[in-house]
Amino acid sequence: MTHDALAFARLHAQFGDALSQPAVASGVSEQSDPWLNVEAAQIAKVAKFLRDDPELLFDFLNELTVVDYLPPADKKLAAAVGDERLEVVYHLSSLTRHKRLTLKVTTPRLVEGALPEIPTVSKVWKTADWHEREAYDLFGVTFAGHPNLQRILCPDDWQGHPLRKDYQSPLEYDGIRGR
Amino acid sequence: MPTTVEDPRTVEFDVRTDEMLVNMGPQHPSTHGVLRLVLRTDGEVVSEVTPHIGYLHRCAEKIGENLAVRQWIPYTDRMDYLAAMNMNLGWSLTVEKLLGYEPPERGRHLRVIIAEMGRIASHLVGMGAYGLDLGSFSPFLYAFRERERILDLFEAACGARLTYSYLTPGGATADLPSGWTDQCLKVLNEFEPVIADYHTLLTSNAIFVKRTAGVGVLSRKKAISYGASGPVLRASGVDWDLRRDGQPCYTRMYEGYDFKVICQRNGQYEAPPGAPKPPYDVVLGDCWHRFYVRMLEVVESIWLVRQAIDRYHRTDNLLPRDHGTPFKLTDKLPPGEVYLETEAPRGQMGFYLVSLGGSAIPWRARARSSCFSNLSTISDIGRGCLIADIPAIVGSLDIVMGEIDR
Repeated sequence: MTHDALAFARLHAQFGDALSQPAVASGVSEQSDPWLNVEAAQIAKVAKFLRDDPELLFDFLNELTVVDYLPPADKKLAAAVGDERLEVVYHLSSLTRHKRLTLKVTTPRLVEGALPEIPTVSKVWKTADWHEREAYDLFGVTFAGHPNLQRILCPDDWQGHPLRKDYQSPLEYDGIRGR
Repeated sequence: MPTTVEDPRTVEFDVRTDEMLVNMGPQHPSTHGVLRLVLRTDGEVVSEVTPHIGYLHRCAEKIGENLAVRQWIPYTDRMDYLAAMNMNLGWSLTVEKLLGYEPPERGRHLRVIIAEMGRIASHLVGMGAYGLDLGSFSPFLYAFRERERILDLFEAACGARLTYSYLTPGGATADLPSGWTDQCLKVLNEFEPVIADYHTLLTSNAIFVKRTAGVGVLSRKKAISYGASGPVLRASGVDWDLRRDGQPCYTRMYEGYDFKVICQRNGQYEAPPGAPKPPYDVVLGDCWHRFYVRMLEVVESIWLVRQAIDRYHRTDNLLPRDHGTPFKLTDKLPPGEVYLETEAPRGQMGFYLVSLGGSAIPWRARARSSCFSNLSTISDIGRGCLIADIPAIVGSLDIVMGEIDR
């Protein structure tokens, strides 16, 4: 199952301005997966196109996750991280065509103090329903149009989003003392 | 004049009952761990299932961001703790993919032996515990008798019985001890004829079929949309197995092996001789099919282990007997990001590794759980069934909460 050049080409024909060229992390061997950057506002449309286009048929969303790029104190590492941002990553497969595709949506970590918002893809792939809830729970990305955007792994009254790099573990929860 | 004799069925459906919320779990024996289901019921009929998960959440991904890649192996053990070998394998292959490393041939065959034995052990629990869910106690004891012997083998190989940390990036922590493969073949030779008994006890048992046939039907389309994988996906008639269809760095492990992907094609299973045929009242994608696919996969895995042992011995004199891992804990990872899914017993276990370079610790370590997606189908396939069918459906998904909550 290989990465899909056809999908890159067809997506560019359809959504030229909403996409960047396929990117690979710099200085990496060919083992690293290529991906395609998609503009946040377009992701739901791109997703629907990828699923329904008869030549692409990406019917299977393997997973949806987020990576938090917050420059750390270490200068060398901070240079590798680059700008402060969150990246939402979509790993897709086509079960009929045996192809894979990775999409990325970049969003600010906070928008004027509030959590960032991107369109949901849970109407395209139902897998995204729970995966988006998980992304919201652990990273604090909200998905506009999601049917039930609640915490899924942490308790409902949990404060903060644990997988963010600047997250501080609480000293106490519900009368239970931490370290 | 209308008839005065009322049809009893009409009366039955006319009775108004109050809707009631029934809380199932988190401490319920048939929810396979700490899963809480809130059922909205109308009499016996369930109109809505809301799963609540997270009771075992340890944020393993956060831990993974603070440890060297090899140090995370013991944490992967604790995800799907019934198939810890397969979890180790998934993470090891992901790290190897990033490094562009290929383990020696002998190591690859060793991994096939171990991974498939892990699959057998895991499916045995799935099968035995499913009988237990449906009120049949004895298959559980038989299944655990066999599983115990496989755990003994694992203990001989790595010293642990549940959380192995045996397969690591680079290969495995140690070679198999001498005489291990003979023991393994002995176990398989004695186990293989017993499978017919399991079929008698469960697969073709009239009560079992009544409880599972046509219950919790997951259509092909829904299975794909929900991202279901493994036996749950294949039981819905989707011909998809990563051991055959996965990424090259995973399928290379199974190169040259002869095995079938268990799935109904043209209304037929390629069942081994001795396996019962599907009864007439089962529907593709129901609980019975999910169970049946697992049973047939065990036979395939046995066949794979036999081939792997043969190959393992044929490499004896070709390669040095060394597959200790070539990587030190402090070795820096190259920059890059890789995503790799492997076919674990319960479905596709995916690991996503982001490294920025210059550090032995990954920037992001992510585990995509197969049961997480498999369980998300429950509110769909559980709607409209009876309360007593809920344990049958949950059991047929064969979930492990450690993997869902991570």
